[in-house]
Amino acid sequence: PALALPAAGPHTLTSAPLPAVEAVRRSPAFSGSVSGRIVDEKGQAMPGVTVLIEGTSLGNSTNAEGQFSISNVPDGPHVLVVSFVGYNTQRLPFTTVAGQNTALTATLAENTTLLNEAVVVGYGTARREDVTGSIATVTSRDFVKGQVTSPEQLIQGKLAGVQITTGGGAPGEVSTIRIRGGSSLSASNDPLIVIDGVPVENSGINGAGNPLSLINPNDIETFTVLKDASATAIYGSRASNGVIIITTKKGVEGEKTRVNFNTQVARSENYGKVDVLTGDAYRTLVKNAVAQGKIPADRASEFYLGNANTDWQDAIYQTAWTTDNNLSVTGSVKRMPYRVSVGYLDQDGTLKTGNLKRNSASVGLSPRLLDNHLRVDVNVKGTWSDYQFADQGAIGGAVRYNPTKPIYSGDASKFNGYFEWLDPADGINPYPLTDRNPLALLTDKRDRSTVKRSLGNIQLDYSLHFLPDLHANLNLGYDISRSAGTVFVPEASSVAYNVKGLNNQYKQEKNNKLLETYLKYNKEIGGQRVEALAGYSYQDFYTHSPFFFSRTAAGELLDPTALAGNPYKSQYTLLSFYGRVNYSFNDRYLLTGTLRADGSSRFSPDNRWGYFPAASVAWRINKESFLANSQTVSDLKLRFSYGRTGQQDVAGVAGDYPYLRSYNLGGGSVRQIFGNDTIRTLRAGGQDPNLKWEETATYDAGLDYGFFNNRLTGSIDLYLRKTSDLLAVVPVPIGKNITPKQLKNIGNLENRGVEFALNYDVVRGEKFNWGVNFNATINRNKITKLLLVEDPTYLGSPVGGIGNFQFVQVNSVGHAANTFWLYEQKYDANGKPVEGGSAPTTAQYVDQNGDGLINERDRVYGKTPAPKAMLGFSSNLSYGKANLAFTLRSNLGNYVYNNVDAGQGTYFGTNTGLQYASNVVPDVYTTSFQYGQPFSDYYLQDASFLRVQNVTLGYDFGSLWKESTSLRLTLAAQNLLVLTGYTGLDPERGNGIDSNFYPLPRTFTLGLNVGF
Amino acid sequence: CTKDLDRYPFYDLNTESVYRDPANYIQVLAKLYAGFNLSGQGTTGSPDVFEGDGLDEGETSYLRAYWYLQELVTDEAVVAWNSGPLQELNKTTWTSSNDLMRNSYTRIFYEITACNEFIRETTDEKLSDRNIAGQDAVNARLFRAEARFLRALAYYHALDLYGNVPLVTEAGVPGNELPKQATRAEVFSYIESELKAIEPLLNKPQQGPYGRADQGAAWALLAKLYLNAQVYTGTARYTDCLTYCNKVLGGGYSLTPEYAHIFMADNGVKARSEIIFPITSDGLASQTYGGTTYLIHAAIGGRMLGSAFGVSSGWAGNRTRKNLPLLFPENAEGFDSRAMFFTIGQNLEINDLTVFTDGYGVTKWSNKKSTGENGTDPTLTFVDTDFPVLRLADVYLMYAEAVLRGGQGGTQAQALTYINDLRDRAFGNKFSGGTAGRITLAELTAPNFILDERGRELYWEGTRRTDLIRFGRFTSGSYLWPWKGGLKEGKGVSDNLNLYPIPSTDIVANPTLRQNPGY
Repeated sequence: PALALPAAGPHTLTSAPLPAVEAVRRSPAFSGSVSGRIVDEKGQAMPGVTVLIEGTSLGNSTNAEGQFSISNVPDGPHVLVVSFVGYNTQRLPFTTVAGQNTALTATLAENTTLLNEAVVVGYGTARREDVTGSIATVTSRDFVKGQVTSPEQLIQGKLAGVQITTGGGAPGEVSTIRIRGGSSLSASNDPLIVIDGVPVENSGINGAGNPLSLINPNDIETFTVLKDASATAIYGSRASNGVIIITTKKGVEGEKTRVNFNTQVARSENYGKVDVLTGDAYRTLVKNAVAQGKIPADRASEFYLGNANTDWQDAIYQTAWTTDNNLSVTGSVKRMPYRVSVGYLDQDGTLKTGNLKRNSASVGLSPRLLDNHLRVDVNVKGTWSDYQFADQGAIGGAVRYNPTKPIYSGDASKFNGYFEWLDPADGINPYPLTDRNPLALLTDKRDRSTVKRSLGNIQLDYSLHFLPDLHANLNLGYDISRSAGTVFVPEASSVAYNVKGLNNQYKQEKNNKLLETYLKYNKEIGGQRVEALAGYSYQDFYTHSPFFFSRTAAGELLDPTALAGNPYKSQYTLLSFYGRVNYSFNDRYLLTGTLRADGSSRFSPDNRWGYFPAASVAWRINKESFLANSQTVSDLKLRFSYGRTGQQDVAGVAGDYPYLRSYNLGGGSVRQIFGNDTIRTLRAGGQDPNLKWEETATYDAGLDYGFFNNRLTGSIDLYLRKTSDLLAVVPVPIGKNITPKQLKNIGNLENRGVEFALNYDVVRGEKFNWGVNFNATINRNKITKLLLVEDPTYLGSPVGGIGNFQFVQVNSVGHAANTFWLYEQKYDANGKPVEGGSAPTTAQYVDQNGDGLINERDRVYGKTPAPKAMLGFSSNLSYGKANLAFTLRSNLGNYVYNNVDAGQGTYFGTNTGLQYASNVVPDVYTTSFQYGQPFSDYYLQDASFLRVQNVTLGYDFGSLWKESTSLRLTLAAQNLLVLTGYTGLDPERGNGIDSNFYPLPRTFTLGLNVGF
Repeated sequence: CTKDLDRYPFYDLNTESVYRDPANYIQVLAKLYAGFNLSGQGTTGSPDVFEGDGLDEGETSYLRAYWYLQELVTDEAVVAWNSGPLQELNKTTWTSSNDLMRNSYTRIFYEITACNEFIRETTDEKLSDRNIAGQDAVNARLFRAEARFLRALAYYHALDLYGNVPLVTEAGVPGNELPKQATRAEVFSYIESELKAIEPLLNKPQQGPYGRADQGAAWALLAKLYLNAQVYTGTARYTDCLTYCNKVLGGGYSLTPEYAHIFMADNGVKARSEIIFPITSDGLASQTYGGTTYLIHAAIGGRMLGSAFGVSSGWAGNRTRKNLPLLFPENAEGFDSRAMFFTIGQNLEINDLTVFTDGYGVTKWSNKKSTGENGTDPTLTFVDTDFPVLRLADVYLMYAEAVLRGGQGGTQAQALTYINDLRDRAFGNKFSGGTAGRITLAELTAPNFILDERGRELYWEGTRRTDLIRFGRFTSGSYLWPWKGGLKEGKGVSDNLNLYPIPSTDIVANPTLRQNPGY
């Protein structure tokens, strides 16, 4: 039967429009039964398959032999719906005769291509075969297994064109998600994330590492990534960086109650550390340097060189354990399908003292009312997370801290017993100019927060009684969070000694609201199908943080004379109108057109509205007569799309009011003295009143293919994305505005690329199955314009700060964003890099323009931090009840600036001139540099890598003690191995600069899943 | 409900709301004054410039950035901190990519553009548009004149350090145009015309609240501008210099009885009669890790005790090269109290720039009050000590120098009197009743006496580089100091170093700029 388009959610397939028979009530006497057996393509029995009689609450699931039976089925024609996650749903018509049993057998085919599955698109769903844009989906079946604490980790390495870089190993750490490279320089490059129809704010919540980590990954059913403008343009102004639509698991109507319990325990351990000198090596280095006259003789005195051999990194790291428990109940009460879940995560960090405890709960209800004319979806999710943040300053501190000094001073009465450099001026206070004892930073500081977040919506979809083809949809959503935290340092601690400890609080509340409503009309006449949609959206974002005074550990005001500051309060609003038309002819020719108008409170009334159109066409070639009977080609679809999307998310760099020249009142400690008066100051900001939308035009050509009865499927896409009126914070020419840097619409940027995805069932057998997935992405990014005034001599806008005005990257016309911009190092006969002295000279660097000077015109536009190619490879192998899966990821041609070597591969640490000495890294043996040479390309390295992202071994015990129960044991290893030529700790740095960061640990997870 | 798109900040004001309320004007003006000292809108954490660039916020303080470029490059000071850019200053070997150029240049133009904004919003036309009338309008006009002084002062620093800089005024830079570079002579003329234009608009000397710019400040700055006119424009203006020195001298100022009191925590009271224009500081109300907090902390190291200077700690940075202590020869008659050096455990010679104990310590700046008490910050971190940008002693010295260089409007006899007034104070003659340290006219007119006397009187007050250049001794091989040119014994350096480079970053950002010669 022709399948009508469901309005929302992939699960709605099991409850498509009802035959009228439902309305007729029969007495039980006139009833029969239906029974049968469900097998897979290999003829094996399938337990746990849901079987439902459409339009009724009658249903069951299959037992261990794949058998089912449903009795009391009213007389008459029915449709049996047979569904199982990962398999194509089967719909079997049958007719019941009173007192008789009807026997049915069904074979479920594995849904390898998901071709007939409904895919989630903006504001609704579509059949995959009807999709004209570039859309990729990962379902729970293919999610990354193991220790996954934040949703985005579920799909790392799984999709072409989607780059997910983990920020570090901290519990609940932020990941960077990039879809087809970044389209902007300074506006957000994060994709829009829509959870169950609610676009969520992703700007961060105070006291939470990563706002996405406040969503329990165990509740997620699918990730759908909309990549090209045709798919995303319906989200208009927030769609330039792609859209990720997350749907959560739901109950199914008529389903029997099913309980699933999942528990896992994980052990994480760092498997490398930054190579620094040991105490002995450091003593030798210093003594030799003194002997050679490289550094002053007193640097070898006992003051600078202790007798200890401390490995500070060993001191701050630990083996970390994580437990994660999740319980869900799915079922249906009468006509009301539900899913309820609770979860508890307790994760330790490998950096001592770090911990995250997350309690989560979710409830989903999806009743159908008014003769199924009204579909209601209610989703409420909540998390309560308790963070204990480990001070990540300890990471760099441990790499720098003098290895000849002990962890403990031996005097327990001072600084809680920790060793500290003392201020030479008084011999009492810890020395303010050097690192604090790294272990003290961890153990003395109690930095805790509690973050509560709830996200929910109610969506009403009403198909009009008199015109069922017309749906009216209303979606009301909210996303609220409350966070509160305290940073406490005891008075005795060296960490905040001069202020008598800390006892500081913060709080934040966010209230985000959503109202969306649309009308949708479907009509199918002959071979033509039309869907039209028009809608309105209102979304409001509000943040408030009260002001708190700084306090000492004893709770006293740090500065009794301080004046109260203003709370932080900010709000922005987005209004939108949108529409979409889909048209298909004979299932062969497909056409989609979209338009969205967005108004943002972030721009002045003159620039407030942006208009974002898109159009796409697709041709299903396999439906043409010449391929219709092909045994080889089972699917072939050619797609073209063009569209414009916008970007206005500049809050991260310019707040919610970027166009208003703001005047900011200074604090009480920075008043100006006029005679006997002290006057608070009002500072003018550097805002640009003419700011407007950044726009990205995307061209996409794609081919979806399936061969050999879809045993081999995949897609290939070519795209070009051109961003204009690029929003970038750039150094403004001095004198142009008040601030030296400013957010402006400054230029144009291009991304062009190829994406390739392939799924292949290598072996399909009785017991042995093997499927692989391969994806590859090539993206090239180029800035095509970047200046207020076009000037060919313009060198670019420096970025990639490594501290102290030092920038190692540049944004420049003709080059990729964040291109490294360094001097070309010269080497002596022994291959040792030449040092020129404190200022760069022609002896040290290549004088590119031959003018005898080394200055900005001699810097070379070099490599980029973005990889030239990204590859992902997944394999899923099963033999009987055992299963082995792994995922490999590789980036090629990405470069990383080794800022650990650049910062510490010199004699500076041994001779700071500041009455302390710090550790150096072994690179100093190679360079013998006296001073840091941060602009030398010596520090730039090819950081191509191959990472064994995860390996999972599972065993399915099946029904052990009762029918339709399940037991599954999983052992997963994450981050097992990284192969790279890069010499630093980890080659995968999103911004291409390797400063000290929280190492990604290697994690082993043992998981148990019980269902009944 | 598209009116929901009209969202305004809940607390922060914007241009319109600020200037509608006359009570806000003095707060904007306060920021323009604070711009010479403080780093931002909080002690730390809300910097005016380079937010997020990962640098030491204290280093972005105007005064600290300026002091680096005026003192560390001379015979008076070295810093032990072993950062490349600072050591380039120590060794007179900087290039256009030295961060500290950018730091000071950006700070100066932050001040200029912030002043421009205020000046633009306080025209008579805008005042009347916003119904600012009566005393409010009178105040606003005075504030506007003061803002013009502050802008002229910042331009003076730009002129002196960088020479040929973009000249931007309240007229602004239209549309997408880039700021236009002016020649050094054009910048000179602009400052001159501005100071003359505001002269009648400012308060009479010492009539306004302490810390505010008045006519005395404008006169003293004009005198300084004219004294250096030969360097800036190629044309000497010593007579003009004397004209404005004389105005200051008739302005009712008097020397502070004790030299040391000019540099202590209560100098705003004790030295008020001498200080023509200060950068004010307060340990509680006006905090920064730049300004005099930097000057005091950074000078303390070795065996020096912070407690002797009213602060909790030393940063072990700044000492002097031997040239400065050697300007104070043994004097049989008495002791020159301006020779404030710490010698215990310190070597006169500098073998290693990064060793604090190489080079004498300097004890001139202190957070002790003249009464012996500490400044007001109980944590002894931030100081109360004001920085005299312009003071009477400097005007005495300018008078004498202008006379000796042939300026009309003064006499050598008067010049001698002024210099001996300074030396009487230095040698404590007022208290002893003696005449120790006094000089004769012949000594006054000896070559380089003025330069040396300026060193003795004004060292570590941010004038040394300018003075050395005016006397032709900054780059030449005829006058050396340890590590000049990167050699321990010192060597002459290229004349192009008399001007700092336009920072590489602005050359990159504004392609219409031409770099100063030799960079």
